[in-house]
Amino acid sequence: MAELRPARFRRSCSLTLTGFMCVLLLVLVSVVSASREVVSGNNETWRDPDRETQEDPHHQTNSTAHKKAFPVLSFNYDYVRKPFEISLWILLALLMKLGFHIIPNVSNIVPESCLLIGVGLLVGGVIKAIGEEAPVLDTKLFFLYLLPPIILDAGYFLPIRDFMENMGTILVFAVVGTLWNVFFIGGMIYGVCQIEGAELGSVDLLSCLLFGSIISAVDPVAVLAVFEEIHINELLHILVFGESLLNDAVTVVLYHLFEEFSHAGTVTVVDALLGVVCFFVVSLGGVMVGVIYGILGAFTSRFTSHTRVIEPLFVFLYSYMAYLSAEVFHLSGIMSLIACGVMMRPYVEANISHKSYTTIKYFLKMWSSVSETLIFIFLGVSTVAGPHAWNWTFVIFTVVLCLVSRVLGVIGLTYIINKFRIVKLTKKDQFIVAYGGLRGAIAFSLGFLLTNSEMKNMFLTAIITVIFFTVFVQGMTIRPLVELLAVKKKKESKRSINEEIHTQFLDHLLTGIEDICGHYGHYHWKDKLNRFNKTYVKRWLIAGERSTEPQLISFYNKMEMKQAMMLVESGNTGKLPAIMSSVSMQNIQPSAKRRAIPSISKSREQEIRKILRGNLQQTRQRLRSYSRHDLMIDPFEDNVSEIRLRKQRVEMERRMSHYLTVPANRQETPPVRKVCFEPEHQVYTYDDSESPRGQRALPDPSPPDALSLLNEPSQRPNQSRERRAKVPEEEQDQLILSRCFSDPGPNKEEDLS
Amino acid sequence: MGALQSLPGNPEYLDLAEKTGFSFEQIKILHKRFKQLSHNEEALQRDHFNAIPDLACNPIRSQIIEAFFDRRNFRQNGEGIVEEIRFEEFLLVMSHFRPPSLHKIEEQRDSVRREKLKFIFNMHDTDNDGTITLEEYRHVVEELLSLSEGLEKDTAKSIADAAMLEVASISMGHMEPDEFYEGITFEHFLKLLNGFEIESRMNIRFLNMDTTTLCK
Repeated sequence: MAELRPARFRRSCSLTLTGFMCVLLLVLVSVVSASREVVSGNNETWRDPDRETQEDPHHQTNSTAHKKAFPVLSFNYDYVRKPFEISLWILLALLMKLGFHIIPNVSNIVPESCLLIGVGLLVGGVIKAIGEEAPVLDTKLFFLYLLPPIILDAGYFLPIRDFMENMGTILVFAVVGTLWNVFFIGGMIYGVCQIEGAELGSVDLLSCLLFGSIISAVDPVAVLAVFEEIHINELLHILVFGESLLNDAVTVVLYHLFEEFSHAGTVTVVDALLGVVCFFVVSLGGVMVGVIYGILGAFTSRFTSHTRVIEPLFVFLYSYMAYLSAEVFHLSGIMSLIACGVMMRPYVEANISHKSYTTIKYFLKMWSSVSETLIFIFLGVSTVAGPHAWNWTFVIFTVVLCLVSRVLGVIGLTYIINKFRIVKLTKKDQFIVAYGGLRGAIAFSLGFLLTNSEMKNMFLTAIITVIFFTVFVQGMTIRPLVELLAVKKKKESKRSINEEIHTQFLDHLLTGIEDICGHYGHYHWKDKLNRFNKTYVKRWLIAGERSTEPQLISFYNKMEMKQAMMLVESGNTGKLPAIMSSVSMQNIQPSAKRRAIPSISKSREQEIRKILRGNLQQTRQRLRSYSRHDLMIDPFEDNVSEIRLRKQRVEMERRMSHYLTVPANRQETPPVRKVCFEPEHQVYTYDDSESPRGQRALPDPSPPDALSLLNEPSQRPNQSRERRAKVPEEEQDQLILSRCFSDPGPNKEEDLS
Repeated sequence: MGALQSLPGNPEYLDLAEKTGFSFEQIKILHKRFKQLSHNEEALQRDHFNAIPDLACNPIRSQIIEAFFDRRNFRQNGEGIVEEIRFEEFLLVMSHFRPPSLHKIEEQRDSVRREKLKFIFNMHDTDNDGTITLEEYRHVVEELLSLSEGLEKDTAKSIADAAMLEVASISMGHMEPDEFYEGITFEHFLKLLNGFEIESRMNIRFLNMDTTTLCK
């Protein structure tokens, strides 16, 4: 009985939701179009009252009989029209996205991109039915506002190791593969156009090649959207994704080349040569622009320790500037953006605070999500809206040729590449790479940029068909195919310290073996680069003592912090971490003597402490005055579940003492509040700032408790010993806790970073 | 591994090729290098290795060199340390870094994995007792971090301790407070590095191509 009700409730809930979504959709669409109509059609009438009310004061002396009542409520849509509509569209897009994830089962079968295109089609259809003009995917909007966040998100979080290891393969696929696609498709389409009876005689070779260059590039947005959901192994992911990023240079060059020449009419050998030179300039120039901005960004982040709040902005702005600067010179903006993100990341991450890192991560994810959603919806709307010229032969042959050329290209190139790879690409890998060659909105926008002609409409129709085919058919079927072929999935486990140790070990080992063999191979150069990085670059770009920190140490620190936070999180949500092995240090080192707790660097310590304090502490805090430039801690107020929380905290702290080895060898005399926590569920508050009086202990159960902050035993021997006398079996824990958590308290800190 | 080409005047290469799996080309190149390193003597000693300048900036140099003189890596189930090695032993040690061929079936791939992991295990287990104790593991981490200056002594120890804790947790799961974890056995080591994909990572590309570019 009890089970039926929730199930029925859920079903009725989802039905209600679906209904609600549809209604909302229609309402929003009608509001948008109605507002347009109102504004455009009735501008006159709306402006009149304004004019009248304005003129009124002037004419007041003349026409007292004319006096109008003061308008209590007026309507002035024109003022907010543009931002209002933009916000409305974005809101609609995001509500749709929300809806898909609430409705059960839909998101498992159909990838999100398909659903969003579907919604776009629907909205476009509705708008057209009303008779309004739908907003089209403006090229400038797309390339300047919608695309950069997605690429930056991808570039900033690019897995460098995998990318570099497979760089050769990726480059071959990106450059040679795309070139092959362009010429094959362009050439074959030209051949098709020559067939009598297809009415395509007007299409010349250069136009065909131009079309080929637009349609053959694998699209990063579509690849990301689809591959994100299927979780295949890192190798395949980086191959397809890396290819989609790096082929931008080829696309840019070829597109401009063919566009120039389709006006000129003929191509000479010199032009072709110039094209090749242009390719190198575009790609390498783009990368260089990105690297310069990346270094600037890293250098700037070195000095931001006093203004933590604006740190994320530097990352975003420098990257965006890199993209725009590259676009100024017609260099490859995508490669510039990627290079900037890759260059900046290791140094920026060593410099910025943890909160800034989280901010960057979430903002990037958020923006790229919004962009992606908007792109797909606009794609759907533009499909319905745009002028179409449907030509069966052309479209069908385009789709078929795209598939064929992709398959042939991948097979042929893999055959050559496998001769140089250690880990060969299997047939399954090749299939996934070929199948993952999705086309997307970049092709559409490039097509939109073409000069208006009869051919443009036909091209656009064909491009849209290919995009729809790849996104719908290939996007929907790739997941079951991956299951069917049992392609290796992404490794779910997180990196352990052992793996990190052995990764480093292996790097050095292989470098050594290469040196013994006398061969200057991969590892040799990688090692040289690392040493150069360590001696010169890091000193300039990383602030403070982090610049000399070896990678193993930073990994270890990061891991400790993560574990501390995980424990804190689980404590806050009321759940304890799932499976914790009961193995502790005692099992490994049965020495009777308490080992000296080792130290980690001071600033690290500070960070860890701040995090712990911010989440655990519940002292009664004097509220500070609100300041826009500071980040404040919110005191945690929960009197109800006090005892439960306290119990959990004991558990948590005991476990934390196993992981966290933060010492407190320094004697600190913080003149602030400290709270001592007793496992007997009694809370004592000390108020050092008011007391040379020593043992002022007020039992105070009402403020929710906090972290125990016993000072070093030597400082307050009487109290601690007294306390400890009460709980002899907890002595060890207290000792550990005292070593772990000596805290200057909340009032001293400037901001919680 | 390439077809067995009949090279006149090198019958011993046949034997070596069979034992190690290298092709004749590769054996020839490595032999040239061997002669270069040993100044045309018959056997290599530790000093010859120490003389390689590039190796000087490698933090685990001594362990790599020791690995060449460790009988356990000679594939003959021997034990102990030798003072000098001939070309055959040199080649046998090098053969651990050969990339696996493409169409290996699952068992063969597994045995390749074991072999490579055993090599690394032997490098860690310096006293030859079959387990990596906490001291030995600490030594490994200290060596890895030995080239970075200004490091506090205890950091390496704490990293090694955390790593050891992790191994124990993975291998043993649950232990009473008074039990003692002896050390990492080879089986634990295998389990630990299960996701590590060593068969594709522990390879030298050099041995894949026929190149005669010997620098230095």
